[in-house]
Amino acid sequence: MDLDALAGCLASPACLVTQTTSGLIIGMLLFLVAVGLTLIFGVLKVVNFSHGAFYMFGAYFAMTAYQLTGSFALAMLCGAAGTALLGLIFERAFMSRVYGADVLMQLLVCYAFVLIFDDVVRMIWGPEFKSMGMPSAFQVPPLFIAGGVVPPYYLLLIGVALVAAVILGLGLARSRIGKVIRAAAHNPGMVSALGINTGLIYGGVFALGGMLAGLAGALAAPVRSLTPGMGFSVLIESFIVTVIGGMGSILGALIGALLIGLIRSFGSLGFPLFTEGLMYLFMVIVLVSRPTGLFGKEVA
Amino acid sequence: MKKTRKPGISRRATLALMGAGAVSVAAPWVARAQAKMIKIGMPTILSGRVAQLGTSSRNAVLLEVEKVNAAGGLAGRQIEMVIRDSKGQPQEAARVARELVNTDGCEMLFDGEASSGSFAVHEVARDLGVLCIHTCSEASSLTADPKQHIPNAFRCVRQGIHDSIVGASYAAGIAKAKGLKKWATCSPDYAYGRDTTGEFVLYLKKFAPDVEIISESWPKLFQPDYTEVVTKILQAKPQALYSCLWGGDLTSYIDQANIYAMFSQMEVFAVNMADYTALTVVKNLPKGIHSGDRYIKTFPPTPENAAWGDAYKAKYNEYPTNWSWQNATAVMFLDAAVKKAGSTDGKKVAEALTGLTIKCPFGADGTVTMRAEDRTLVGYAIGWGTTIPQEPYVPDVKAGDWTTIFELEAEWKKSKGYT
Repeated sequence: MDLDALAGCLASPACLVTQTTSGLIIGMLLFLVAVGLTLIFGVLKVVNFSHGAFYMFGAYFAMTAYQLTGSFALAMLCGAAGTALLGLIFERAFMSRVYGADVLMQLLVCYAFVLIFDDVVRMIWGPEFKSMGMPSAFQVPPLFIAGGVVPPYYLLLIGVALVAAVILGLGLARSRIGKVIRAAAHNPGMVSALGINTGLIYGGVFALGGMLAGLAGALAAPVRSLTPGMGFSVLIESFIVTVIGGMGSILGALIGALLIGLIRSFGSLGFPLFTEGLMYLFMVIVLVSRPTGLFGKEVA
Repeated sequence: MKKTRKPGISRRATLALMGAGAVSVAAPWVARAQAKMIKIGMPTILSGRVAQLGTSSRNAVLLEVEKVNAAGGLAGRQIEMVIRDSKGQPQEAARVARELVNTDGCEMLFDGEASSGSFAVHEVARDLGVLCIHTCSEASSLTADPKQHIPNAFRCVRQGIHDSIVGASYAAGIAKAKGLKKWATCSPDYAYGRDTTGEFVLYLKKFAPDVEIISESWPKLFQPDYTEVVTKILQAKPQALYSCLWGGDLTSYIDQANIYAMFSQMEVFAVNMADYTALTVVKNLPKGIHSGDRYIKTFPPTPENAAWGDAYKAKYNEYPTNWSWQNATAVMFLDAAVKKAGSTDGKKVAEALTGLTIKCPFGADGTVTMRAEDRTLVGYAIGWGTTIPQEPYVPDVKAGDWTTIFELEAEWKKSKGYT
């Protein structure tokens, strides 16, 4: 425990800026993965244990597109669109068959696909780790804001995640499709009776969730090494985020992810040997005080 | 017209009898041909996150075995390698090793496991008494601790303690020349990371007593994001950083530290950087990272080493790893020991291996030795240098001094109660 370092940082604007942006970066990437997880759970009532695989595919799709075209924008697009398509196929071909099944059966199917997807990546891209590399446009010196260090690429990353959060939030709250999705989450039978194709809604939600995780993977690809199975560690943290924020709540996922990011960035200064533990401790505190999570709703 | 069977033996029965006769006559020859083969078992990691290292171990062994077989084999017996995946799990490594000997009839073992698995395979070798050469585990205690000594087990691998002594000596020289007193460390939070960093710091302070460690970071193994670690180190403002992160973790760390311009703010000493697995993957390798040699074809700077690296690349379309040269050396040792013993009998080969010195492309002076007292590899090329972003990646490696290594290793063994 090094509380002096933590206090010193809180008193220094430069340190405060650096550590806060560090927390935002970690949090925003986590949010993109966790929000897909929570969205799928909220609408389909399925805990998508294979969600980390979409993060992995997003990174690999982006790397391949970047290698082929040299365009960063196209790489991001491929990462997001490719995983959306994969999500749709996965939902229609497999997950849709186990919606009514036991939770254990759903977990078994998801876990089987974690292994299958990892092996598919191994077969296509090889077992060794890969690196996409930072696009030359972002190979620039970091910015200094109030003395704190902020890399330009991370500003883009935070910006993209924020835009995704706003579009998602507004889209679900205000648009007609958003209303149908929310209605399908509450009463799929009634939505179906009104002549709306719920299968399409479910497939679309799964594709959206996969797309968001894929976008996170694509955004992470320039700064993280790519390996088969890379989605697993992200998945664990995403579960923590959804549990803290409340399963099914998008605002909860955002707040939960940002809190985890800030706990990690400031915790590494004050509690260097207990940073991971702090995350779990916080989750336990939230679960004890609010078992449904910060923004979760009580089940009637 | 109804066919009637002729009396006597039918044509079919005659053929069957002839076939059976041929088999029984040829059987001793087949058996003899099988006995001429010598099976060597090898558990190694062929799946999972570090599969690349296991694959490169297998490749190197097969490359060398091909040469030995082409030259007539081991005492006239062709080598057949039986290589199995342990998935990097110690219990699986032990199971596979036992099965290779008991079921597959392997007469010797190459243990291609990382440290965790190698201790498990070592116990199998102790139990079965089979000749075993460890080819990947760098944990010093595997051969330094007398409790681990068995007459049939050898280690043909570099060691953590040797690397720490050479690395600290090199780093201390730069620390003194550039006045680097404030140091930070960032290493993976498991036995290898903790031990190697501890030993490096121990010797760094011994060679440069002014050095002070002002920040320590212990990210967990295979952590995807190092941002909070990078910014923490930047806040501490050290003059130098030591890290024994490796593989994909190291390349992630470099990519993430790069965009904070960390490498222009401090001297970085990353012992595992100079390995082709990392060097060829990092797209924006910063200039001037200090690293120990893992495997590069330009160190030792000999035609033999360069030729070996090129031959490997020509065959497998990628450069060898640190595990590759160690496994290749194990085959070279075995070949030389069998020639010296004039037999493939495990006990005789073990006796011949003890204290054996052979010519080797990876030797500091062109030779390497299997030291008699602890049956471990010494005299291999070991050094540190700085990186550049393109081949040869580490153009100028400063070689470590084996006299100093032996001296300090002996002190270290004494301090640990090993001697």
